[in-house]
Amino acid sequence: MQLIECPWCGTREETEFHYGGQAHVAYPEDPQALTDEEWARYVFFRTNPKGLFAERWSHSAGCRRWFNAVRDTATYRFHSVYRPDEQRPS
Amino acid sequence: MTTQTVPPGAHLPDHPEFLWRTPTPKKNYDVVIVGGGGHGLATAHYLAKNHGITNVAVLERGWLAGGNMARNTTLIRSNYLWDESTRIYEHALKLWEGLEDDLDYPILFKQCGVLNLAHSLQDVRDSVRRVEANKLNGVDAHWVDADEVKKLCPIVNVSDDIRYPVMGATYQPRAGIAKHDYVAWGFARRADQAGIDIIQNCEVTGFVTDGDRVTGVRTTQGDIGAGQVALCAAGHTSTLTDMLGIRTPLQSHPLQALVSELLEPVHPTIVMSNAVHVYVSQAHKGELVMGAGVDSYNGYGQRGAFHIIERQMAAAVELFPVFARAHLLRTWGGIVDVCPDASPIVGRTPYENLYLNAGWGTGGFKATPGIGWCLADTIANDEPHEFVAPFSLDRFVSGALVDEHGAAGVAH
Repeated sequence: MQLIECPWCGTREETEFHYGGQAHVAYPEDPQALTDEEWARYVFFRTNPKGLFAERWSHSAGCRRWFNAVRDTATYRFHSVYRPDEQRPS
Repeated sequence: MTTQTVPPGAHLPDHPEFLWRTPTPKKNYDVVIVGGGGHGLATAHYLAKNHGITNVAVLERGWLAGGNMARNTTLIRSNYLWDESTRIYEHALKLWEGLEDDLDYPILFKQCGVLNLAHSLQDVRDSVRRVEANKLNGVDAHWVDADEVKKLCPIVNVSDDIRYPVMGATYQPRAGIAKHDYVAWGFARRADQAGIDIIQNCEVTGFVTDGDRVTGVRTTQGDIGAGQVALCAAGHTSTLTDMLGIRTPLQSHPLQALVSELLEPVHPTIVMSNAVHVYVSQAHKGELVMGAGVDSYNGYGQRGAFHIIERQMAAAVELFPVFARAHLLRTWGGIVDVCPDASPIVGRTPYENLYLNAGWGTGGFKATPGIGWCLADTIANDEPHEFVAPFSLDRFVSGALVDEHGAAGVAH
């Protein structure tokens, strides 16, 4: 089983975590002003790269806090984990 | 002393006749299909058969039908909830019923029926609703109670003291399984006979565009000019649309499946359970074939996490106690491209001569002849076939989603 590092709790088994999809998708500043096209892009459209992907995870069976991770979707290897208030590591 | 050297294998009989040629790509084709899996090959076949279009290349980055076509659990059914889904899947099922004659090739299509189990009162209500919707759409569908489930598939545990007791099931007798490799080979052979070039080990690395037209594809075997281009790349679709700057809502996930060792015939139908995330059939050779739910994270690795298999086995053994003595032979994973509404994306793109066929998620195999037929028609007439028109990329803007999570979300 894959081990995932929670920024608060340390390394735990994958089954303790819940996946949250693409990270850094900001809520629109002025939702009322969006066109249908822009609204669709915010609600439904996400990037789907083969390679490094910044994504959200929740330590749902542990501290229950959300965090971000950069993971390689081809190898499943985690490159870094960071708290939501931290910048994505370069 | 003389030594006689005999090349290894010299005593073996000649290689049997190849089912298709291995051509080098021409400079130009009327139609280039990216992806030599089931959908790409079926599209090629129906382009030739229904429309007389044979100046066609099918480009496959690996070996023919080695992606999801080699990794799925081969279930075929059409008992979806919504009219739009039922039309395309029922069209496919009718084609499956005549496919062996059409291809003049054995595909071992066996209509053993499918049971979709209901484990809660809400499951029962949803299932009965789906049965009624199916009947209105002319699809064979029945609601059966737990006793009838036991008659149709005697090894199902219908006692009421299990975690998810069986309260009944929907039953589609015309559902079935087919031999996936033979299906691909049958389509490939027919397309090749019609003069269509099937080009393996030919990965698309880019596109040549001119304004809002795609004029060719760049490949590991050189540039190939194209009058029309169709993308049939399943889990890898996003890597292609990214090259073209087309955004889609697709997310690629690992989906795992497994087989047991060969067993006596014990499992006469297909049994699916969305609640416990398992679906089982018995292949012609005797393996129990089981599929799991998708792994939660995005992934292109064609493998998944062990705990998914472990949970699936726990569910399977509770539903089928007889499986406790079976041995796992092998597990594997494919990559499925999933849409937010669990329905595919088929049709036009921002490029006027580029057609998209993607997002079939966990259910692409059963659609193979149906989507091949409809995509060929779409390409030939440059107008989405009526069965695929509801599945346009635009629906995410218009809001006209085809929400099939109930009938398709997990189990296929």
